[in-house]
Amino acid sequence: MMSDFFILMKQELVITVIIFILLLLKIGADLSNEKMLQLANALLLLNLVLGFIGNRPGVLFNEMFLANPLVVLEKNILSLGTLIISLQSSAWLKKHDHVPEFYILLLCTLLGMFFMISSGNLLIFYVGLELSSIPLAAMANFDLGRKRSSEAAMKFIISSAFASGLLLFGISLVYGATGTLTFSELGALIAGGPLQTFAFVLLLAGFAFKISVVPFHLWTADVYEGAPVAVTSWLSVVSKGSVLFVFVSVLYTVFKPIAGSWYNMLFVLSVLTILTGNLFAIRQHNIKRFLAFSSIAQIGFILVGITGSSQLAAASVVYFVLIYVFSNLAAFGVIALVSAVTGREQLNDYRGFYRTNPVLSWVLTIALFSLAGVPPTAGFFGKFFLLLAGAGKGNYILVTIAALNMILSFYYYLRLVKAIFMDVNEQPIEQLSIPAYSKLALFICITGIIVTGLAGYVYDYIHSLSSKF
Amino acid sequence: MNEIPLTHILFLSTALFFIGMYGLFTRRNLITMLMAIELMLNSVNINFVAFNKYLYPDKLNGVFFTLFIIAVAAAEAAVAIAIFINLYRNHRSIDVEETEQMRY
Repeated sequence: MMSDFFILMKQELVITVIIFILLLLKIGADLSNEKMLQLANALLLLNLVLGFIGNRPGVLFNEMFLANPLVVLEKNILSLGTLIISLQSSAWLKKHDHVPEFYILLLCTLLGMFFMISSGNLLIFYVGLELSSIPLAAMANFDLGRKRSSEAAMKFIISSAFASGLLLFGISLVYGATGTLTFSELGALIAGGPLQTFAFVLLLAGFAFKISVVPFHLWTADVYEGAPVAVTSWLSVVSKGSVLFVFVSVLYTVFKPIAGSWYNMLFVLSVLTILTGNLFAIRQHNIKRFLAFSSIAQIGFILVGITGSSQLAAASVVYFVLIYVFSNLAAFGVIALVSAVTGREQLNDYRGFYRTNPVLSWVLTIALFSLAGVPPTAGFFGKFFLLLAGAGKGNYILVTIAALNMILSFYYYLRLVKAIFMDVNEQPIEQLSIPAYSKLALFICITGIIVTGLAGYVYDYIHSLSSKF
Repeated sequence: MNEIPLTHILFLSTALFFIGMYGLFTRRNLITMLMAIELMLNSVNINFVAFNKYLYPDKLNGVFFTLFIIAVAAAEAAVAIAIFINLYRNHRSIDVEETEQMRY
C-alpha cells in the first residue's frame, strides 16, 4: 500500500521535493543567479528523466487519484515544456533579483496541473485547477515595477476567479443532480435533463475561460502582452495544454451520455474561435499579442478535433499539444531572447531581422511554418489528424471552414516571414549572441518540430495509449 | 415543525450568485470586484451544504467540498490583494478604468 503511494504519485512527489530544495536554498544559502539557474535546470532535467522510469497504472485514495500510461505521458509533455521554458528564460532571469521565487511559483503551478490531470474526482480537480492558476497570477506580475505587468496580473486573477466561480456553480449543480463527485460514478448517472445540461454549460464556460475559447477570450491578449515573455510562453503552452488534457478526459468519460448536445456547442464555439483568432491576429502590431491571437486560433482547431469524440480524437489532441509545445516555444524562445537583450517587442522591429541574425531568423521561420501547418514540419501532421478526427462525425461543413481558415492563417504568418527576410529596416535589431541555454532549448524545439512529424511511431504510440476513450 | 423547503434555499443561492456576477460586471473598484467574486463563491457553498443535507445526508461530500472552497478562496483573495497593492504602487489607483493601458 505504502509503495503504491510512492510509485503512483512519483511525479508529484519529485516536484514537491524540488520546490522544498529551492525554498531551503532561498532561505539558507546565498547562491549567485548563475549557480541557481544551473541547479534549477539540472533539477528540471532530473524531473523529466524520472518521469519516464518505473511507471505503472493504478488508483489511489478511493479513486481520487488515477495513474495510467496516457496520464504519465501527458505529465512528461508538460515537464518537457517546463524544461524548455526554463532554459529559454535564463537570459531574462540572470538580471532578475528573484530567481528562486520564479522557480517555486513555476513548479507550484506545474504541481497543480499534475494533480488536475490525474484527478478522478471533481474535488481534487478543482483544487488542482486553483493551484495551477493562483501562482500563475503572481508570476504574471513578476516584472514588479512595470505598469503593464501589474495590469496583466490584475486582469488574470479577476478573470480566473470569475471562471472558477462559474465552474464551481456547475460542479455544485452536478453534485445536486447526481449525489456523487467521482468521475467513474458520474459517467453512469449523467443522463441529460435540464439541470444537468445547465450544469454542463457552466462547467464548459469555466473550461473555456482557461483555454480562451472565443466568447471568453478577452483576457488573453492583454495578459500575454503585459506578462514577461517566459510567463507568456508558459501560459500559452503548458497551462493551456494541461487544461486541454483534462477537458478531453472529462468530456469523454463524465459527459459521454450527453455527447449529442455538447457536439453542437463545440461546433459553434470552434467556428467562432478560429474565425476571431485569425481575423484579430491580422491587425496586431505587438508580437506577443499576435501570438496570443494565433494561439486562440490554434485552440479553435483543437476544438474541431475534440468534436470527433473517438480514440482518434483523444490521440490527435495529445499529439497536437506535443507539437504545439515545440513550435510555439521555438517562436517564444527567439522572442524571449530579443526582448531580454533589446526590449523590442513590436512586429515592425523584426523587419530586416535576417540581415543581422540569420540563425534566429531561420528558427523563427521554421516555428511559424509549423504553427501555420506547412507540410514538412510537424504542425501539418498535427492539424491533419485534428481535422481527420473532426471529419469522423461526417460534419464536412466544420472541416471545410477549418481548412479555409488554415489558408487565412497563412496570410499573417507569412507576412511576418516576409518582414524578416525581404523588408529593409533602418534600425534593425542588433546582432545577438545566443547564450548556451537558449541554444540548447532552440535545438530541442527545432529537432522536435522536424522529428515528431516525420517519425510515425510517435503518433502510433499516443494512439495506442488512448484506447480507453 | 415546518422545515424550509430545498427550493427556497436554491433560490437564495442562485440569486446570490447572479448578484455577485452583476456586481463584478458593474463595479469599477477592484476591491469591490473581489467582494463580488467572494459572493459568487459563497453562493456555491450554500448550494453544496443544502444539497448535502436535503438530498444525500448519508455522506459528507458536499460539506467537505465547502471547506476546500473556503480555504482556496482565502488563498485567492490573499494573492489578489497583493497584486492590487502592487498595482496601486504602479498606477496610483485601483479603479479598473484608470489602470488600463492595453486595449484593442
